[in-house]
Amino acid sequence: MKQLPLHSLHAEQGAKFGPFAGFDMPLFYPAGIMREHQHVRSQAGLFDISHMVLVMLAGKDAAALVSHLCPYPADEQQPGKARYTFFLNEQAGVIDDLIVTRFATDRFMIVCNAACAEKDLAHIRSNAEGRDVAIEVLERVFLALQGPQAEAVLTKAGLDVAAMNFLDARELADGWIVSRSGYTGEDGFEIAIPVGLADDFARKLLADEHVMLIGLGARDSLRIEAGLPLYGQDLSDSITPMEAGLAWAIPKSHRDGGSFVGADALARKFAEGRSRKRVGIRPQGAAPVRAHAAVIDAAGKTIGEITSGGFGPSCGHPVAFGLIEANHEGALFAELRGRQLPLEIASLPFTPHRYKRQ
Amino acid sequence: MSVRYTQDHEWIAIENGIATVGITEHAQEQLGDLVYVELPEKGRKVAKGEEAVVVESVKAASDVYAPVSGEVTDINGELAGDPALVNRAAEGEGWLFRMKLTNESELEGLMDRDAYLAMIG
Repeated sequence: MKQLPLHSLHAEQGAKFGPFAGFDMPLFYPAGIMREHQHVRSQAGLFDISHMVLVMLAGKDAAALVSHLCPYPADEQQPGKARYTFFLNEQAGVIDDLIVTRFATDRFMIVCNAACAEKDLAHIRSNAEGRDVAIEVLERVFLALQGPQAEAVLTKAGLDVAAMNFLDARELADGWIVSRSGYTGEDGFEIAIPVGLADDFARKLLADEHVMLIGLGARDSLRIEAGLPLYGQDLSDSITPMEAGLAWAIPKSHRDGGSFVGADALARKFAEGRSRKRVGIRPQGAAPVRAHAAVIDAAGKTIGEITSGGFGPSCGHPVAFGLIEANHEGALFAELRGRQLPLEIASLPFTPHRYKRQ
Repeated sequence: MSVRYTQDHEWIAIENGIATVGITEHAQEQLGDLVYVELPEKGRKVAKGEEAVVVESVKAASDVYAPVSGEVTDINGELAGDPALVNRAAEGEGWLFRMKLTNESELEGLMDRDAYLAMIG
């Protein structure tokens, strides 16, 4: 199993580790998931997300390559802006969900999910053949600082980020990259740092009284409350963006065909309409309902599955996503330990997004 | 009072012929903050090693097994409104259920405190 570059810092801070996507990842620290979660919502939480893979595409065909790989016009993307998008397969299923940032006319960065990085790189490379694009996997420590105090903490730590808005991104000197983005629903930043400088910088942030380290456990509860999907659970190569409730990420210009990978299938699926949809689910009662539990109707017929679920510390009750029949109406239940637990459809996000917009 | 421990991190305390069962301090640390505890019904007969309780943290559900065979005589009603009591007092007020043993000799196969502490290192 791979270790994060800052593994010893996490160990020193009392992390309990567990495997995720081939990495030995901090799951939680002595404060515990509940307090870590609340701290992100109220102060600022520091996440080590170095398991994610940053791929730089540079060269005169970079925009054309991104436009071919993703369902949006990358040539129209503003430099200094990040966006949420996908790699699609030829069935319009999702190979991976991504953040793609344009730094300059000929320079893009793709942030891949750790578990998908290998297939993503193969997909990028095979589609880059014959194009003038250099593909570089960046060696960085990747940290996220999330929460209402994030801007103040980073400013104090010497990063000039106050003027940035949600999804603004910058390449700084010496290999640093900062974007105003995250996976918690809170305002916050993601910072790529040269490996040799990362330990010092992380310690500098941790020395701030507002900052607490946050593990994968709270990362999961935060993103579920924020309505954000996790690849491998809520998204897969057999789930389309429309089914996952992510059609908003595909511009209208790309819904009826094009020359990008998966365009024909995507147009067909948009025309047909979806047969399944991801919904927010509020299990009634106190028992959490977790991924893979069957969702059934009043007659006991299976109409879908819970794809993510757990307890929402900010909500104070269990929260979940389900992928269910799109035309279902009426009562829903989850099968839990041989019993049928009533569910209610909830609007997403469970907790309001607090991104900094202009 | 004699307290015995299982390899699955349950404790069982025998006092005046009544056994009280819970999870160990080590177990609650590993699980993290509990948000839900599903207790057995009173009167349920459980076999040694049978899943008797489900403890749910924010992140995951875990089974708690009956350390020995018997009949559930009482459950900790406090946990319905305050599952985190298990985190705060795993080996005290955060007990899970009480049981009447069907075969006291099963206790002999469990660890004493020193053996348990040695096992978890």
